[in-house]
Amino acid sequence: MSTTEPAVELHGITKRFPGVVANHDIDIEVAAGTVHAIVGENGAGKSTLMKILYGMQRPDEGTIKVDGVEVALHSPSDAIARGIGMVHQHFMLADNLSVLENVVLGAERLHGIGGKARRRIEEISHQYGLGVEPDRLVEQLGVGARQRVEILKVLYRGAKILILDEPTAVLVPQEVEELFGNLRDLKREGLTVIFISHKLDEVLSVADTITVIRRGTTVDTVRPGDVTARQLAELMVGSELPVPELRESTVTDVPVLTMDGVTVRDATGRAVVDDVSLTIHEGEILGIAGVEGNGQAELVEAIMGMLPLAAGVVRLGDTDLTGMATRRRREAGIGFIPEDRHRHGLLLESPLWENRILGHQTRPPNVKGGLIDRQGARNDTERIVRDYDVRTPNIDVTAASLSGGNQQKLIVGREMSGDPKLLIAAHPTRGVDVGAQSAIWDHLRHARAEGLAVLLISADLDELIGMSDTLRVILRGRLVGEADPATITPDQLGSLMTGAGEESAA
Amino acid sequence: MIHRLFARSWTRTLVAAFVALVFSIAITSIVLSISGFNPPSTFQAMFEFGKEPDSIVNTLNKAAGYYLSALAVAVGFRMNLFNIGVDGQYRLAAMLAAAAGGAWSLPPVLHQLVIIIVAVLVGGLWAAVPALLKVTRGVSEVISTIMLNFIATGIIAYLLNPGRLAVQLGPNNIGTKTISRSGRVPGTPFPGTDLKLYSLLVIAILAGIGFWFMINRTRFGFDLRATGLSQSAAVASGVDARRMVVMAMVISGAIAGLIGMPQLLGESYTYSLNFPTGIGLTGIGIALLGRNGPVGIAFASLLWAFLDVSSQILDFNDIPKEIVAITQAAVLLSVVVVYEVVSRVGQRIDQRHVAAQLGEVAA
Ligand SMILES: Nc1ncnc2c1ncn2[C@@H]1O[C@H](COP(=O)(O)OP(=O)(O)OP(=O)(O)O)[C@@H](O)[C@H]1O
Ligand SMILES: [Mg+2]
Repeated sequence: MSTTEPAVELHGITKRFPGVVANHDIDIEVAAGTVHAIVGENGAGKSTLMKILYGMQRPDEGTIKVDGVEVALHSPSDAIARGIGMVHQHFMLADNLSVLENVVLGAERLHGIGGKARRRIEEISHQYGLGVEPDRLVEQLGVGARQRVEILKVLYRGAKILILDEPTAVLVPQEVEELFGNLRDLKREGLTVIFISHKLDEVLSVADTITVIRRGTTVDTVRPGDVTARQLAELMVGSELPVPELRESTVTDVPVLTMDGVTVRDATGRAVVDDVSLTIHEGEILGIAGVEGNGQAELVEAIMGMLPLAAGVVRLGDTDLTGMATRRRREAGIGFIPEDRHRHGLLLESPLWENRILGHQTRPPNVKGGLIDRQGARNDTERIVRDYDVRTPNIDVTAASLSGGNQQKLIVGREMSGDPKLLIAAHPTRGVDVGAQSAIWDHLRHARAEGLAVLLISADLDELIGMSDTLRVILRGRLVGEADPATITPDQLGSLMTGAGEESAA
Repeated sequence: MIHRLFARSWTRTLVAAFVALVFSIAITSIVLSISGFNPPSTFQAMFEFGKEPDSIVNTLNKAAGYYLSALAVAVGFRMNLFNIGVDGQYRLAAMLAAAAGGAWSLPPVLHQLVIIIVAVLVGGLWAAVPALLKVTRGVSEVISTIMLNFIATGIIAYLLNPGRLAVQLGPNNIGTKTISRSGRVPGTPFPGTDLKLYSLLVIAILAGIGFWFMINRTRFGFDLRATGLSQSAAVASGVDARRMVVMAMVISGAIAGLIGMPQLLGESYTYSLNFPTGIGLTGIGIALLGRNGPVGIAFASLLWAFLDVSSQILDFNDIPKEIVAITQAAVLLSVVVVYEVVSRVGQRIDQRHVAAQLGEVAA
């Protein structure tokens, strides 16, 4: 028994939502100055618990103690006042404001909004190697950079207890290492970190203590030295760790997606996608490896017709897509799993069955003529919920009330509907638990065997190597290399991605 | 039981509106008391007067215009588009339609149809201006529609001159040439009064049904709502955001064009200096109160019209009838807050219900 009080004690926490009990009699004790991981399958209630600790939701029952003192947290500002800060699973930044504005928003009292604030931001950014540029518009940042802004925002407010909800889902290994380095620094300075992740290896490498949540309640608390990833997975779901791997090759020589000299420029005229040419064949999964923000998002948006091309041609089969509207491209047979599911994949306030229609507004079973076919859409939503194991009380709840991983499963199910010819899959298993991950991989393999072509983008290098038939590396908008997924290791791929040999741009 | 009822969003809307009404009556009572009037007897006088057959006809006739106006606003609101220009759109539409109807003589039915079509076209086209400015130049529709209201006023003042589109109607009034019998729509008698209901009330009802159908059942309506809920997700789903702006704005303007029709074809037959103004602005409040839904808006416009009409009695009792404006403003302000509270309470009830159910299972 140490003499210091635990930083956080949650006791008997219960939280109900219409149709579900998200948390039930939860007990957790987080020692000060440690990294405490929370793991559990999708919908287990991890995010809900953290929102309770951050004052965003009130528990129906139970007590919260911070530094040994019982507290009632009515709002995030109460939590911040107690030194608790949270980085959410889904980003909560204002798109049309700059990084500086986002950080100081609501914390103007601390260092004002001018030069002093800027200096403080640069200081924190430097101290923890976050590489945040105060004047960039958040809109222009990739997910990884947004993440770092969120972390900085919390540190700026003087948090002593940091909650990170799936912070590594969007990061590539090197970035994860950096983040973990930062976490260790934070710990050394006496800060406490609570973090949620589905990547069990990472959890084992960085956490001091691990609490497992199943079906809303704490089932065990373990030390990383005492368990293996496999045992942890079994504690969570009772199943083994899945391995992403393709059995035999199904690649044909029928091209599905052909890109030729595709260039996309940003507002300043810089080429964010630079002269990219590639071909994906029927039955082929082509993986794009790259550090977040090297043009992957723009490449995808160019294929989807959401960004105009400065040069080049995109073809689907024999159809020239260049200049075609997004809707026509989808109708031509492109499925799209976006990297940011909240911004591009869902209508959060709408029921699940309406979300089934999104992106498929012109095709059966959702429409008949110009009219919405409610029954058709509802039936098909039921199918997706069944086949993709979306955990939900029914299909009339809003998308916002699903847990992050279940939202992802719904999107994957939707985009695999209607037999697409090409699937653009950006981080298809982001935020889903190990069980659901293997289910999604199975679906992908199955569709690939039937001739689906997939453009796979992922920060999870195991997934990328295991699932791809062909690997290309993207750096600063250019395809700079090719790798053989059969022989390359994640470490080798990681160094290719940072442009090993070359000077990497900051 | 309570849970079942409360689970429905429209019950929540209704409860909220009712609470807001009670609250605003309380506010009005306070103002009345402070000014030295007796609130209960004032309300009673209003209510007594409001339920006279004459007043009922006036209320319904007025509500028709309010309803169409709020629908026009709501089409835009559903995709976060603020058409503040309904006012200019309906006045310009009514004026030009009246002029056309007065100038041309056509056989019945065709005559009325032509007038209505002119109004719809003018409303739609006038609304297309801010839409095009927005998609091509990025001009905020809030600003451009407000400015276009002033421009519409200017155009009407210019055209409504003897020698242009107007004729002298009386010593102090000018207006467009009166529409002949073949272009009028006779009123519907109402028991207990000589006043007639506008038969074109039916346009408002049809527009309400059409609005509901379009928003909830058509592909276009889905795209519209999706755009309003999340522009980025809508674009990724293949919605053409610019096209949606133009379409929504034109539809909004076309509905706005209908606002003046019941009055024009059912009573005044001319667009004169007396033609009602400001309905487009009132519509913004009514759309808000009715939560942009066709049923909510129907109740809201009836309430508004009732308050307008029944307040006429106050002058006879030496109470300034502007007091009703306070009631209306209080309803609007409180309803926003009350909706929020009611939906939270609803959620709480939901949760208790879940808890109870789970308890049963466990026991
Ligand atoms: N606002 C809400 N309304 C209704 N239900 C909710 C709400 N938020 C969460 N839930 C439900 O509570 C349960 C727990 O969700 P939570 O987001 O905490 O899961 P999670 O453990 O974070 O999962 P994931 O790993 O997928 O992010 C889920 O069944 C979810 O559907
Ligand atoms: Mg979560």
